[in-house]
Amino acid sequence: MSGPEPTPVPRLKPVVSAEKARRARRKFIRSAVLLSGMLGVSLLGVLPVLRMRVKRLRPPGALDEDDFLASCIKCGQCLQVCPVSAIRLGDLDEGTGIGVPYIAVREQACDFSCDAVQCVLACPTGALIYTKPDFFPVRKGAGLAKPPVLKARADEQEPALNLHERMGLARLVRPEACLAVQGKGFSGPARGVAFKGRMRYMDVDRWKPIPVRDHPYERELCDLCVTECPIDDAIALEAFTDTDGRRRFRPVVREQCVGCGVCEMICPVEPTAIEIESRAVWKMNGESV
Amino acid sequence: MRRFVEGFLCMLGAEPKKPGQHSGQISEEVCRIMERKREDKSRIKEHLHEEARRQPRHAWRNRRWAVLAAVNLLFVFSFWLDIQVLEGALTASRFVGFHLIDLNAALQVMLAHKHIIVNFVVGTFTVFLLWVLLGGRSFCSWVCPYHLVSELTEKIHLALVRRKIVTDHEFHRGARTVFWVLFAVLAFVTGYTVFETISPVGILSRALIYGPGLALAWVFLLLLFEVFWSRRAWCRYVCPIGLTYGVVGTISPLQVNYHVEPCFHEGDCRKVCLVPHVLDVTIKGRATEAQMGLGPDCTRCGLCVDACPTGALHFKVKGLSKLL
Repeated sequence: MSGPEPTPVPRLKPVVSAEKARRARRKFIRSAVLLSGMLGVSLLGVLPVLRMRVKRLRPPGALDEDDFLASCIKCGQCLQVCPVSAIRLGDLDEGTGIGVPYIAVREQACDFSCDAVQCVLACPTGALIYTKPDFFPVRKGAGLAKPPVLKARADEQEPALNLHERMGLARLVRPEACLAVQGKGFSGPARGVAFKGRMRYMDVDRWKPIPVRDHPYERELCDLCVTECPIDDAIALEAFTDTDGRRRFRPVVREQCVGCGVCEMICPVEPTAIEIESRAVWKMNGESV
Repeated sequence: MRRFVEGFLCMLGAEPKKPGQHSGQISEEVCRIMERKREDKSRIKEHLHEEARRQPRHAWRNRRWAVLAAVNLLFVFSFWLDIQVLEGALTASRFVGFHLIDLNAALQVMLAHKHIIVNFVVGTFTVFLLWVLLGGRSFCSWVCPYHLVSELTEKIHLALVRRKIVTDHEFHRGARTVFWVLFAVLAFVTGYTVFETISPVGILSRALIYGPGLALAWVFLLLLFEVFWSRRAWCRYVCPIGLTYGVVGTISPLQVNYHVEPCFHEGDCRKVCLVPHVLDVTIKGRATEAQMGLGPDCTRCGLCVDACPTGALHFKVKGLSKLL
């Protein structure tokens, strides 16, 4: 067999570059795994938020949920200015977005003791905003028919809050538990002595909210949700005749309700008889959806 | 211009280029310096290095840690003690009333929300100007709380590496660029600032100011990953915030400057560096000018300035000497 000699292949070099190629390949695969891992984790954290499994009450002046989630920069400036610390930031396990603010009204409602919805003023991105730009439509029934008048400022020249949309709507979800419906009164601290929530009482100190437990009540017929509501004409006791033909009273939520949650916070029965439904809108027949 | 482009590409993930030996890329001055250094036996580099290793300097590191702690404590105390100097968190804040908005957070919100308001633009532009002046990624090493935590746990990683218990697994630096693009696309498509969910910077900053939460578990996992698997993995290969500030830093006059003349090419600087590719100019034969600014990916942390036993690395504000 004769023919051209096969060109000798230099042995050392291919070994080295094969090793190099192997390393590069491994590094590439590692990097791809890192990429997909990080993306997976970030999506894991985001999915419950995007599917909106948990309906938390957002602070006053919040854009509609989609826009709110998009625009919130998670800095907590709204939380910092709240005099009653009603605003909290979502954690990893809450499904409301890490660092996104919400209000848990049963623990601490927004009682507007700042007088000016300061959280809206504090927001740097317009996620909380006084007046929505035109390109953000107002959901039907979310807008307030007239500016909500703050009872605390009723005597002042400008008694209304700069708030045009409701956060949610109060609803008597357990009428059978309601003390007024049962014809019962209430005396003592509204939520017991261990309750940490605070509220502004005009007859105590206009600028300094105090713990609710330090302000006991004495009522022959419980009407706390009505008297403690910070907004004028948002809730009232109305008479009705029960099935046994007795004359009773029950709290009825009106169109001026902004959904601040003071009624839910102050309701002395456990679990609460009146609840805030986040993002609920007003329907003309008086039913919230 | 060529160096500018190369530095930028290198930040995105490209390997630093070696200048051709005879291509004329290396200036004559550098050639002369290198020649002189070869002949100059009187300077005993080992002696200088030994001296430096006996008495490590931490001047810049201490200054930096002090600034980092001060900034983050200012956030904390503004809320806790209600002194209201720097309200908010690292993503967005107000310094005595002036809006400041983190550039990467701003970008995410703009992409997700697609609308911006005046305060937002003002805050973003202020921060942009601030970090153009202060060096871009200096945000990372002088302000970011995760950088500090990660810098401390890096010591554990390095100790484990020395004892051969763990090895450092490198990733491709281009991964960070891919992350940057992916998170931008995700924000735009989902309408949610997806990156903020996993950003240890935001999580740590909020935990410091508003109290700890479960989200810290994620930060802890990241740190474990860095200690046992890959050195400074988050900052090096993932964090899009770093890249955003790096881009800002490309036009910053504040740089770490490298002088070829006193350098002995021993590489102590590269060992301490978070982004060692910016120090590739210190490898023998890589420098093309007698004095060179490091690339934009440099975090201006000053560890290399402290580490260099012969004073070949300095902080420098470009154009300042001309101004004065």
